[in-house]
Amino acid sequence: MVAAVMSDAAPSAAKRRTWTTSINAWLLLLPAIVLLATFTHYPILATLYHSFFSLGRSGPAEFIGLDNYRYMLDDDVFWQVLRNNFIFAIATVPTSIALALLMAVWVDKKIVGRSFLRLAFFTPTVLPMIAVANIWLFFYTPDYGLLDQFLRFLGFAGHNWLGDPATVMSCLAVMVVWKEAGFFMIFYLAALQTIPPELKEAASVEGASRWYFFRRVTLPLLMPTTLFISINALINSFKLVDQLVIMTKGGPNNASSLLLYYIYEVAFNFWDTTYAATLTVTLITILAAVALTKFVYLDRRIHYQ
Amino acid sequence: MRRDSYSIETLAAWTLALLWLLPLAYSLWSAFHPSEYATRFDLTAPLTFNNFVKAWNQAPFARYYLNTLMLVSLVLAGQLVIATLAAYAFARFKFVGRDVLFALVLVQLMIMPDVLIVENYRVISALNLLDTIPAIALPYMASAFGIFLLRQTFKGVPTELVEAARVEGASSFGVLWRVFVPLGKTTYIAFGLVSVSYHWNNFLWPLIVTNSVESRPLTVGLAVFGAPETGVDWSVITAATVMTMAPLLLAFLLFQRQFVQSFMRAGIR
Repeated sequence: MVAAVMSDAAPSAAKRRTWTTSINAWLLLLPAIVLLATFTHYPILATLYHSFFSLGRSGPAEFIGLDNYRYMLDDDVFWQVLRNNFIFAIATVPTSIALALLMAVWVDKKIVGRSFLRLAFFTPTVLPMIAVANIWLFFYTPDYGLLDQFLRFLGFAGHNWLGDPATVMSCLAVMVVWKEAGFFMIFYLAALQTIPPELKEAASVEGASRWYFFRRVTLPLLMPTTLFISINALINSFKLVDQLVIMTKGGPNNASSLLLYYIYEVAFNFWDTTYAATLTVTLITILAAVALTKFVYLDRRIHYQ
Repeated sequence: MRRDSYSIETLAAWTLALLWLLPLAYSLWSAFHPSEYATRFDLTAPLTFNNFVKAWNQAPFARYYLNTLMLVSLVLAGQLVIATLAAYAFARFKFVGRDVLFALVLVQLMIMPDVLIVENYRVISALNLLDTIPAIALPYMASAFGIFLLRQTFKGVPTELVEAARVEGASSFGVLWRVFVPLGKTTYIAFGLVSVSYHWNNFLWPLIVTNSVESRPLTVGLAVFGAPETGVDWSVITAATVMTMAPLLLAFLLFQRQFVQSFMRAGIR
């Protein structure tokens, strides 16, 4: 180990030194490689592999080609959770981004109680989703819950918010926006602080209104941040399912189920691991597509700056 | 005119902030009051610790705390050591296959262990580790994110410092330990805070691989405790919820600035 990086003066030893350097580097990387191979690379390949096999509940697993995929395309629940997932993303991503931007603009200014506001907005981020779900579950409880009590106070009738397929997704989306907006706020805040104050001074000398300045200067300058946040929020909408375990179990009738939650159900409630693998291939494909868009599009943009 | 719009904005910001704190405030209200006040907001309602006492006695929360603490420390220690070594290799060594290997590390940023639950369960069960704390920790031990962050930091270390240390006779490990690690302090803090928050709060994977009081972390313990089938009183469940989030919440309130900056640093990369 020691010899590798020590400068060896003799040029004839250069080749051997390259070799020892390589070996040392690989040794340093060994623990990381072993763990990544075991818990990331192998599982990805194994997911793909198992998706081509039958479950083999009675007898050995057999190669069945694309049968699992055919089954998936015929599975109404699969299409429903996929649709739910996209609805969930469309409901949560733009809303939390817009709110995050609003919060950041407020907190960036000299506003009364600035640090309190920042604290209030950011706090939900550090709470466990499972605790958050417990609290919000009580908000939505029919009759007894806070929302219904408040509505009754205003003279409206109670409603089974999480038990109604028409309202369950919106209820969950509101909760997730509440939890995530403050997290995205800090990225906008960081970006806002890099905008030179001279720009603002120049604009106010020119007589530009605040809204005009925001629209024509701030917003375009925040574009890379917006893209970055959108992609992270999108990935999160495919990863966040903790709340379903507590609040709805994907119900009623899969109305609130998401792809990852369906995978969890298929694998660990129905123990159909090969079909779960097939569904996981779909999820991996979606995530990889999102991530590649990020690499190709976002990283190139950052490069130009 | 301008002043008016300013005060309207202040009012709006405060309204949103109070609305944002409402769920948390409500959970504290319900946890510290007798259950008949769970939905009756009366300022004269008596305060009580009874809900906490009941929750603590009805489920092994002490054990859950211990499990979470062990889990979080195990993950963090493993991640720091493994990521430091790997980042050092990537940042300071030229070797065969470096770029390919780095790309393979980055795969984990795209496809996180959180979505590979089916096959990781098989792996953990093949290793005979089901229902143990290492089972929860292992898939997260090699953090691509940590390697990435530290590599960036290590790349920024001035060569002169490294050479100076060499001249003084430091070995590769000596250089790593005495030059790189101290200079990476802010990155370590940032990564550490993000990692601890993440694993304190993590739920789905621990739910899948644990099955007993001895290995369940707090989040899973809370879910088991609060399940509607158990018929536990609402105020007691809120008390348990508050117990689950309290340590992280207190840490956040105390070290607010570090938290926000760490999340920012870690997120921007």
